[in-house]
Amino acid sequence: MMSIALQMKDITIDFPGVRALDQATFQIDSGDVHALIGANGAGKSTLMKVLSGAYTHYSGTIVIDGKQVEIRSPKDAKAHGIQIVYQEVDTALIPYLTVGENIMLNHLVSDMGKSQWVNYQKIHQEASRVLEDLRINVSSKQLVSSLTLAEKQMVLIARAISSKCRFLILDEPTAPLSTAETDQLFRIVRKLQEEHVAVIFISHRLQELFEICNYITVMRNGRFISEDTIQSVTVNEIVEKMLGKKMDEQFPVIEKTTGESILEVNRLRDADKVNDVSFHVRSGEVIGLAGLVGAGKTEICKALFGASEKVEGSITLHGKRIKPKIPAHAAKAGLAFVPEERRKEGILVEEDVVTNMTSANLKDFTRFFSFLNFSKERKVTSQMVERLGVKTPTIETKLQNLSGGNQQKVAIGKWLVTDADVYIFDEPTKGVDVGSKKDIFTLILELAKRGKAIIYASSELAEIKGITDRAYIIFDGKVVKEVNTKDVTEEDLLFYSTGGRDE
Amino acid sequence: MSSNSSEANLSSPKEKKSGFDFFQFLYKYGTIITIVVLIIVFSVANPSFLSVNNLINILRSISIVTIIAIGLTISLSVNGFDLSIGSVASLANAVVISMFVWHSQSTVVAIAVALLCALLVGLLNAFLIVKVRIPDMLLTLATMFVIQGVALTYTRSATISENMIMPDGSYSTGTISEIFGKIGQVPFIIIIMFAIVILVHIFLTYTKHGRYMYVIGGNQEAARLSGIPVNKYKILAYLLSALFAAIGGIVLASRVMTAEINAGGNYLMDAVAAAFIGLSVLGAGKPNAFGTFVGAVLIGILANGLVMMSVPYYAMDIVKGTVFALALALTYYKMK
Repeated sequence: MMSIALQMKDITIDFPGVRALDQATFQIDSGDVHALIGANGAGKSTLMKVLSGAYTHYSGTIVIDGKQVEIRSPKDAKAHGIQIVYQEVDTALIPYLTVGENIMLNHLVSDMGKSQWVNYQKIHQEASRVLEDLRINVSSKQLVSSLTLAEKQMVLIARAISSKCRFLILDEPTAPLSTAETDQLFRIVRKLQEEHVAVIFISHRLQELFEICNYITVMRNGRFISEDTIQSVTVNEIVEKMLGKKMDEQFPVIEKTTGESILEVNRLRDADKVNDVSFHVRSGEVIGLAGLVGAGKTEICKALFGASEKVEGSITLHGKRIKPKIPAHAAKAGLAFVPEERRKEGILVEEDVVTNMTSANLKDFTRFFSFLNFSKERKVTSQMVERLGVKTPTIETKLQNLSGGNQQKVAIGKWLVTDADVYIFDEPTKGVDVGSKKDIFTLILELAKRGKAIIYASSELAEIKGITDRAYIIFDGKVVKEVNTKDVTEEDLLFYSTGGRDE
Repeated sequence: MSSNSSEANLSSPKEKKSGFDFFQFLYKYGTIITIVVLIIVFSVANPSFLSVNNLINILRSISIVTIIAIGLTISLSVNGFDLSIGSVASLANAVVISMFVWHSQSTVVAIAVALLCALLVGLLNAFLIVKVRIPDMLLTLATMFVIQGVALTYTRSATISENMIMPDGSYSTGTISEIFGKIGQVPFIIIIMFAIVILVHIFLTYTKHGRYMYVIGGNQEAARLSGIPVNKYKILAYLLSALFAAIGGIVLASRVMTAEINAGGNYLMDAVAAAFIGLSVLGAGKPNAFGTFVGAVLIGILANGLVMMSVPYYAMDIVKGTVFALALALTYYKMK
């Protein structure tokens, strides 16, 4: 019998102060799609970075086709046919070059030899061939800057397989994709599978693993926990393994009473996406803006918060019409907004927890002449850190040293400090591990219990079902349906989100 | 590979380093250690380096650079940049002297008009950067030329001084007031510098407004979505930047009592160097007034000491540039 195509044994890697991987093992055979999962910080990305040659200082062995190999640089990894597509696609693409040039970048860099001239015809020919192979409907001559996120990701996959590719690592490829785009990605993955490429699939969306993967490896705290065939496990078992304990109900239940309408939005429009959107929120109520990625939920949130230009329509808060031209107006009126793109829009990665926590409401931390009251800042931050369960060594720790879930808690926490009336959450659980997710749900429901009005925008329909009281389903920038969440199923939500109509 | 190297930076959370880290130490104290070493070397080479007179001399010589660099520090704090500060200093210099010499105005009017001109430039910068959204570095490069030209045109490319020959052949009659002349002399010039350093340090570190500026500099979009009026603070930053450049130009005018052609231009590069050397002082990691002052001190000591050691003036820039490069190496090597 042939040996397994790739084995990683006893991989250990230390970073100053932490052991990121502790004798981790992983194996995959040709033609498998193998899920690698774990909570944030479990070490799955680190393990894949080891495999792709991003780190040099690990110990342990990597065996390919029964022979031990040394992978200490990206070049080594590529020589063995290991290719990786990272989650942040924009960091790996050059926006002002064409699709073809981006796909053929590896060749431009390493296979040029003595040749000094770029043969554009050949580049576009070969790139087109790869695109055609994968049936990706993008022209080789298009500029990458004009592509959608999903298309960019496909360009990256095309780049990966344009060179020798036996092992393809996809790091959370579906996180930013809509359902249709995910289906297309899966089609490509299956095609690669037929060509005996081994695909390692990292994802937080457990459901979809059952659709595409045939093996699943769970990691926790830098260690290997289990490897199973996908048919032999359930979502609950996986979550249990990820957390190392029994998962209770994912969505907490908190008794709360709904009061009168606080925010009313009428015929909201922006310059391109948002089209005639009306809804209202009562105090103590959590409403959902449900819809697929790209449906316009983020745009609605931003228009509401004064963060877009050319907004029309009326926004009434406590019976008073408000016209937030810039977010500062909205915040002053009593709105709070936790944006989707945490690192880009929500937090200051190079600042400490204190600065982040007080940044939305600094005027409450000042004395005469706007002088800052440092001790009050520290006191309130400490309280907030404790209340939210932010795992941080000290409150002076820079945010870049915290995990995604904890960063998100800080991004939410800074608005709790302001004590707003209406909270807008845009995909608050994106890139957050299961444990932190539950903390965030609890937090949101407690806010509602205190009489706040909550707007919860998400493409995770299970979350809409689990946490909201009412939901507006958004499709193509419009509200297509309003539902009482308890009366509908997740499937119903999906039906309307994908453009389904009654009758 | 581009994909991998850029991704490596986004790697998973790293814990704080434990134990002694040589580069961390150099990063924090490198500039100060360099200053101390320079002082020791220069005073061994020439004992009069440490004389009170010479120390005052150094402080006086760096005061104008420091004042201008402080303005730059404020624009850097919102992650902006202002290359027009040298030209603004020239303009303020020309305007204040001309107010005395050509128009026989009082000290208050002369200074006020000069500051007003600078604020107009600051407003223009701010408008084009914030509203028209031209990248700061490019826009201020453009206004640097424009304002330099405006100053030249205004002075008709001549040096303005008392009793100068006017275009109609007569002599100018205005005089520069005595009080104005005091501004550029010891001790006032040094007092003004310290006052500005301390005030701006307090403003940036201890007030809400300073904190907002750093937040904007750290992540403009996050700041905006936190409800911080980003544009307002960016406008303020460019106004302050121009204002301090003008104060630098006015102090310069008082010190030399004339308005030479493009007199402020020479201060631009020193100010940039001082502000960037200041980034790392005591591990601040961001633009800060105290650091900028330390950066200016480093440059000042270097220049003064080298003169004392009879290094020819034309070789000075080699040393200055090298020190600047080393300081930047310390700052950016750490970020790797």
